[in-house]
Amino acid sequence: MAQVAFRNVTLGYDRHPAVHHLSGEIASGALVAVIGPNGAGKSTLLRGIVGILRPLDGSIHLGGLDARDIAYLPQSADIDRSFPISVFDFVSTGLWRGTGLFGGIGKAAREKILRAIASVGLNGFENRPIGTLSGGQMQRVLFARVLLQDARLIVLDEPFNAIDSKTIADLLALVKHWHHEGRTVLAALHDMEMVRSHFSETLVLARGPVAWGPTAEVLTPENLMVAMRMCEAFDDSATACAADDARSRAA
Amino acid sequence: MIYDALIGPFTEFEFMRRALAAVIALSLAGAPIGVFLMLRRMSLVGDAMAHAILPGAAVGFLLSGLNLFAMTAGGLIAGFAVAILAGVVARSTGLKEDASLATFYLASLALGVTIVSIKGTNIDLLHVLFGNILAMDDQTLLVVAFNATVTLLVLAVIYRPLVIESVDPLFLRTVSRAGGAAHLAFLALVVVNLVNGFQALGTLLAVGLMILPAGIARFWSRDLTVMICIAVVAAAISGYAGLVLSFQTRVPSGPAIILVATVFYIVSVLFGRVGGIVRQLFPGRHLEA
Repeated sequence: MAQVAFRNVTLGYDRHPAVHHLSGEIASGALVAVIGPNGAGKSTLLRGIVGILRPLDGSIHLGGLDARDIAYLPQSADIDRSFPISVFDFVSTGLWRGTGLFGGIGKAAREKILRAIASVGLNGFENRPIGTLSGGQMQRVLFARVLLQDARLIVLDEPFNAIDSKTIADLLALVKHWHHEGRTVLAALHDMEMVRSHFSETLVLARGPVAWGPTAEVLTPENLMVAMRMCEAFDDSATACAADDARSRAA
Repeated sequence: MIYDALIGPFTEFEFMRRALAAVIALSLAGAPIGVFLMLRRMSLVGDAMAHAILPGAAVGFLLSGLNLFAMTAGGLIAGFAVAILAGVVARSTGLKEDASLATFYLASLALGVTIVSIKGTNIDLLHVLFGNILAMDDQTLLVVAFNATVTLLVLAVIYRPLVIESVDPLFLRTVSRAGGAAHLAFLALVVVNLVNGFQALGTLLAVGLMILPAGIARFWSRDLTVMICIAVVAAAISGYAGLVLSFQTRVPSGPAIILVATVFYIVSVLFGRVGGIVRQLFPGRHLEA
């Protein structure tokens, strides 16, 4: 059964597509890597899946999931780390599904939060402001929040960027644990070796789909070359998409 | 002697007691709003909003004379209109909120000045510009207290989404639609508190009792709850000390309150535990871990 289905979806900003005409399905319980050069549209695609960005065209279907069944790990740059909030309070936001606007955090919830923080190796960091953490520690905090969200679909945007190998190994173990629990995990990544070793399915993206399927078949030098040659296009004088015109004529 | 100087004015004169009650109400509501304005990098947005309120208050003044309810209503309408329009335009177009707000508050200001000039009345808006907390009657005090109560209740409702939206807006957008509503409600609270402040401090200084205490608090704590408490206390003490200063020296009350807060701010910049200049110059010996 498809957990995520793309129906000729185009995503972008101000009518300029960043992901162009993508169709395909991600099966429930799949572990999928999304790879591609900078500007390929990886983050845009993930933002479309979690509902932050509305498609310019086409649609994304989430197999009956609503927003609360999706956990999204954004790039750290999107978080204001100067805000005075402790690790405990930050991670506790992962319980939004249960607490909502007014729900209190009782003893059981407190223990859950502490367990999540401990399981990413941050025992003793509960009261630290997030602004005092290193990049790797902050990434562990974000993973702890995803843990608490207990979501069926987990979307990770470059979760292993600029962190050391020990942290990567720990967090990768968590990702594989989620996969074994039957959750659907989608991650935008740059490390080809990691993708080859740990992700069974890969989407090579370069503004549009270059290849999509089992990692061993998709991750070929030819496909990667095609993706690397992709030019970042943002043309203010671009005309309306010809593919859309052809499709509407055919209809 | 000390009693006569510091307590006497409040036991002796009713207008001083009313003024003290007003600054405490303003501090309780305005200072937490100021903390969020500062943390959301919207300090100057508060200042712009204060300008946006001015023409609304002026129109109220034109239509009903020195009627504080009319001026409050005018200020609220102008402030809400600008806040909501700027917020909606920023969220639906991607234009930065400060740019959007600058456009709307300038338009609002121009509209207010045009209306005044069409009327051709040479009205005295000095008390709107600089306020007069010592002339506050019971009704005005009740309005200030009511607005402060509403502010605290609404802030309690939107506190959680407001915090999450401040630190990680993308996350909130993925789990809830409360972020947009919380942001608009927050802008509305900014307007309510600016209108509240102009009764006491005037439109030009109203934002001072929100932003200065927030700035003071930033130098003493890294914890949001503690920062809010420090800001409230700093605002209330500034208000009290400003009133005493004004009473004893005949300095206008609004500027006196803001000047006292400014002194606290300078002390905090110099000696604050978190990032104060002296602390940075003489940090002490480094720790083990």
